[in-house]
Amino acid sequence: MDKIKKITKMKLFLPIFSMILVMMINVVYDIATGNAPLSFFSISINNGILYGRLIDVLNRGSEVAILAIGMTLVVSASAGTDISVGSVMSLSGGLCCMLLAGYGVTNVDQYNVPLWVGMLAGVAIACVCGLFNGFLVAYMNIQPMVATLILWSAGRAIGLLLCNSNIVYVRVPSFQFFGAYCGIIPTPIIIAAVCVAIASIVLKTTALGTYIQSVGINKKASRISGFNSAKIILLCYVICGLCAGISGLVATCRIYSADTNNIGLNMELDAILAVALGGNSLGGGKFNLAGSIIGAYTIQAITTTLYALGVSSAQAPVFKAIVVILIVVIQSQPVKDYFKKLSSKKAAAKEAVQA
Amino acid sequence: MENNVVLSMKGICMTFPGVKALENVDFNLKKGEIRALMGENGAGKSTLIKCLTGVNKFEAGEIYLDGISGPIVNKDTMDAQKKGISTVYQEVNLCPNLSVAENLFIGREPMTKIGTVNRKKMNEMATKLMKDLDLDVDVTQNLEEYSLALQQMIAIARAVDMDCKVLILDEPTSSLDDNEVAKLFGMMRRLREQGVGIVFVTHFLEQVYEVCDGITVLRNGTLVGEYSIEELPRVKLVAAMMGKDFDDLASIKPEGSGDKSKEPLVIEAKGLSHTGTIKPFNLDIHKGEVIGLTGLLGSGRTELARVIYGADRAQTGTLKVKGEEVNIKNPIDAMNLGMGLLPDDRKAEGIIGDLSVRENIILAMQAKSGIFKKIPMAKQIEIADKFIEMLQIKTASRETLIKQLSGGNQQKVILARWLATNPDFLILDEPTRGIDIGTKTEIQKLVIKLAEEGTSVIFVSSEIEEMLRTCNRMAVLRDGAKVGEISGEELSQEGVMKAIAGGAK
Repeated sequence: MDKIKKITKMKLFLPIFSMILVMMINVVYDIATGNAPLSFFSISINNGILYGRLIDVLNRGSEVAILAIGMTLVVSASAGTDISVGSVMSLSGGLCCMLLAGYGVTNVDQYNVPLWVGMLAGVAIACVCGLFNGFLVAYMNIQPMVATLILWSAGRAIGLLLCNSNIVYVRVPSFQFFGAYCGIIPTPIIIAAVCVAIASIVLKTTALGTYIQSVGINKKASRISGFNSAKIILLCYVICGLCAGISGLVATCRIYSADTNNIGLNMELDAILAVALGGNSLGGGKFNLAGSIIGAYTIQAITTTLYALGVSSAQAPVFKAIVVILIVVIQSQPVKDYFKKLSSKKAAAKEAVQA
Repeated sequence: MENNVVLSMKGICMTFPGVKALENVDFNLKKGEIRALMGENGAGKSTLIKCLTGVNKFEAGEIYLDGISGPIVNKDTMDAQKKGISTVYQEVNLCPNLSVAENLFIGREPMTKIGTVNRKKMNEMATKLMKDLDLDVDVTQNLEEYSLALQQMIAIARAVDMDCKVLILDEPTSSLDDNEVAKLFGMMRRLREQGVGIVFVTHFLEQVYEVCDGITVLRNGTLVGEYSIEELPRVKLVAAMMGKDFDDLASIKPEGSGDKSKEPLVIEAKGLSHTGTIKPFNLDIHKGEVIGLTGLLGSGRTELARVIYGADRAQTGTLKVKGEEVNIKNPIDAMNLGMGLLPDDRKAEGIIGDLSVRENIILAMQAKSGIFKKIPMAKQIEIADKFIEMLQIKTASRETLIKQLSGGNQQKVILARWLATNPDFLILDEPTRGIDIGTKTEIQKLVIKLAEEGTSVIFVSSEIEEMLRTCNRMAVLRDGAKVGEISGEELSQEGVMKAIAGGAK
């Protein structure tokens, strides 16, 4: 009993619990339809690549997971959200493909400039976007949602201009590699894992986490204590831009083309939702990166589950919304308080019996 | 219930997880009585008041209120207010971005016939209320336009205006200067005439004897006694609060620490200023010297200190630290020169509420060592434990969130934050505000000890007595300008008063 209590008190309990809940839906469905009960978790190797629903979740969830890293920091430091990340993803992919193919060319099978130049440019422009957002928020004191609204609308449009309003295809295997498979493992999974690993190492070995949380909780006091609050907030937005850039390139490589109208569409909302599902307060302050990452994959798990259940892509958002409501309510304070009350009552009753 | 009693609390008990906050406490208040509720930090004053106003749910005991038969239980502060119990808290709990009138009538706005707020009438009513209380305030301005002191008065005006039988003032004077305190006392006496019972929570002993009729003393969550003012002279009150005899009035200043003018200069400020807050001033501070900044509230004490520290950037003048001219743009620059600032507004500029005691203590040290040099956890723990023990910070553990600590202990944590950086020059802005008398003395002793070890200190306080006890020299400020310095023989209550008043009287 004490062990259960300890587990439920852990910070990551609810995000993990939500994830398991989504997985259980799969198990129940599989049993009901006569499949093997654990087919959701089964991983096989077909045609030399890993195959299975779980792999699919990890693969498709990569973009949101990478975005969630930056979004978590932005939310923590500035108590606001960066809603431009979806557009920035598209811009990053657009610039990269434009450089690799050459302006105005829509279909190439060899590079116009070296691959690394295109990739670097894509990531760099995303960082510049982050710098722009961060400058507006940290130094101009504009509310984060308003400040990032500018690039939310302009970012995608600039990407479209760069691609001359076309879908630019880059049909080169080394470009496709980043959206396909590295050996038997999908490359996006590896990229996401590397990003998460780097982020955790940086947070662990430097004082960045303390800086960000301190600024997010009390900007004025942080300044008096020697932190440059504006710089920290700016940094968070740049990191968020960087994450959007990487995520945008992954999404672009996946379809080896810059479909600027669709890359990263509405993904900012998934990223914000991931942060919230991870048990982080959107009011800023303390953050939990692991929670956000779990949140990101939970969102993908919901989507994959719905498709597995045969829900059409038109209906899927409705069911997704229902699941999200359930998860958010479970994590809400009143529900937590209710369960706390319930368990303390039980304990009291037990004591009474023993007495 | 007796005829002239307005409030009677009997046998109140209340526990927080692991702590017995109140045990069998009685509290009685007569009509037209001002009763001081005294006790050290953590004695249970705030908890008792929260039980009365419905913020905390007490476990045992009964509360009786005049005009209501049978015991009452307040569901929340709104409920308490309806029954006639109004509270003004230590920190102003109003909305800074609403107008004064809106703040005064929030939740009970006068309505027009079609159900919208009748702003004209509201402003008229507010203006009249302000006039009645002799406050010079434009009610259409936002509350944040006014000083903390005036905001406090407005909060009291709001409470007073709602037909109240019992008015609770929780540390109302801690941010007021003498003039304003006198005004507030006038207000309290007028309310007493009208038969309102007032509960007055304060740390200022003099004020208790100036305005109160009775004293109730708590210690460690239990009732020490209910006294009339004549029964309990000052020394006995201190003894009752602390549970022992106390050398409150004894000087703790050691012999021969008076003159430090032969020590090397640490700070030389020439013509520093910041538009709108402090006019150009010169100030020299020697090694191991404690300089007091004195003056009325709003005279520029805090602002002078902030300019030296770079919390507000100096617009004119030069600053030399240890003989070298420096350019301080941000607090971190000042910190790298060995400075530290304990700000006067603890809640807004001091604590990082959602971080633990440990994280709060190592904060400034971490800022100095930079983002890439994280202080190893083992060292953080060592430092935190060292200061928790040294300053006797009362906390459940070093990982407790600082916002869960009492005010005095929060202040000690902030102090620890700066001591951890080994400062050469420390600015303490109202370090003892809202802190119990025992902790006050501890902090004063600490300041003197630091000075003996060679740290220079700027000490800002509204209490002249405590400055006399700790300072070698004082700078006097008036209307945003430094008008003089006093030292040696002039350092007496009278001398300081005269200097502040500037011979105008």
